Amino acid sequence: MSDATITAPDEHEPIDDGLDHLGLEHQTSTGLSNTKLAMWMFLGSECLLFGGLISTYMLYRNRSGTGVGPDQLWDIPFTSASSFVLLMSSLTMVLAVSAAKRKDDQRTRVWLTVTALLGGLFVAGQVYEFTVFYREGLGYTTSLFSSSFYTLTGFHGVHVSVGIIMLMSLVGMLLTGRIKGDKSETIEMVGLYWHFVDIVWVIIFTLVYLIPA
Amino acid sequence: MTMTTDTASVESTNGADAGTGADEHESHDVTDRQYIIIALLLAVLTAAEVAVSYLDLGAWLVPTLLVMMAIKFVTIVGYFMHLKFDSPIFKAVFWVGVGMSVVLYGIMLTTFHFFVT
Repeated sequence: MSDATITAPDEHEPIDDGLDHLGLEHQTSTGLSNTKLAMWMFLGSECLLFGGLISTYMLYRNRSGTGVGPDQLWDIPFTSASSFVLLMSSLTMVLAVSAAKRKDDQRTRVWLTVTALLGGLFVAGQVYEFTVFYREGLGYTTSLFSSSFYTLTGFHGVHVSVGIIMLMSLVGMLLTGRIKGDKSETIEMVGLYWHFVDIVWVIIFTLVYLIPA
Repeated sequence: MTMTTDTASVESTNGADAGTGADEHESHDVTDRQYIIIALLLAVLTAAEVAVSYLDLGAWLVPTLLVMMAIKFVTIVGYFMHLKFDSPIFKAVFWVGVGMSVVLYGIMLTTFHFFVT
C-alpha cells in the first residue's frame, strides 16, 4: 500500500521525457543537438573513407601500364567548369539554410532546387567525362590507375547523387509540410553533407587533376 | 525543460524562437551577402589554382597547389559549414577525423615509398 503512495506520480508535476512539449526540443547532456553531433561524427568518419580512396589513387596513378595515363586524358578546362558548378551549389545550399533559419519556406525551396540542379549538372559532367575516357580506352579494369580513378571519382559521384536525392526529398517534404520538429536543423544537416561533398571534390580536383602524375 | 546553450549559433540550430533566432544568427554568423563574397573568392582561388597548374613553378608547384587547396577546404568548412562559429565539440569531432585520416594515410603512403623520388 505504502509503495503505491510513493511511486504514484503527481499529475501536476511536469514529465521529464526529454521533450519540450512546445518546441519538441531534446534535452541532451552536452546541451547540443544530438542530430548535429551525429552528422559531424559521420562526416569525420567519411574523411577516413575518402582518405583511403585518395591515397590508393595516389599510389597507383602512375601504374597505367601500356594503356592511356592521366596526362593524355584530363581535360582541365572542362573539369574546372565542373568544379565551379559544384562550388556554386555550395553557395546556393548555404543560402537555402540561411532562408530556412529566417523561416522563408519559398526561398528555401528555390535554393534547394537550384542546388539539386547544379548537383545534377555536375553528375552529368562526370558521366560525360567517364564516357569520353571509356571511348579513349580507359575501362574500369584496364589498369591499376583506371580502377583507382573510377573508384575514387565514382564514390564521389554516388555521394553527390545521394545528396541530390536528399535535396529533392527535402523540397517535397517542405511542399507537403512533412518535416517534423525544427525545419532549419533538418535542412542544415543536408547542407553539412552537401558541403562535405564539395570539400572532398576540392581535394580530388587538386590532387587528381591539377598535380601532375 | 529548456535546453541550456551558450552560443547563438547553437540556439538557432536547435530551433530558437522564430523572430530573434534568425536575427541573432545573422549578427553572429555570416550574412547572405558575405556568403556570396566568400563564394566568389573561392571561385577566384579555383581559377588561380588552374592558372598555377599551367605555370612552370618547378618544385614550388605542388606546395603552392596544396596551400591553395587547404585555404579552400578551411574556408568552406569554417564559413559554409559554420564550424568556425559552432561548438568546440563539433570542431573536435570533425578535425579529429581529418587529422586521423591525414596521419593514417600519410603513414600508409610513406610505407609504400610514395614520397621517395
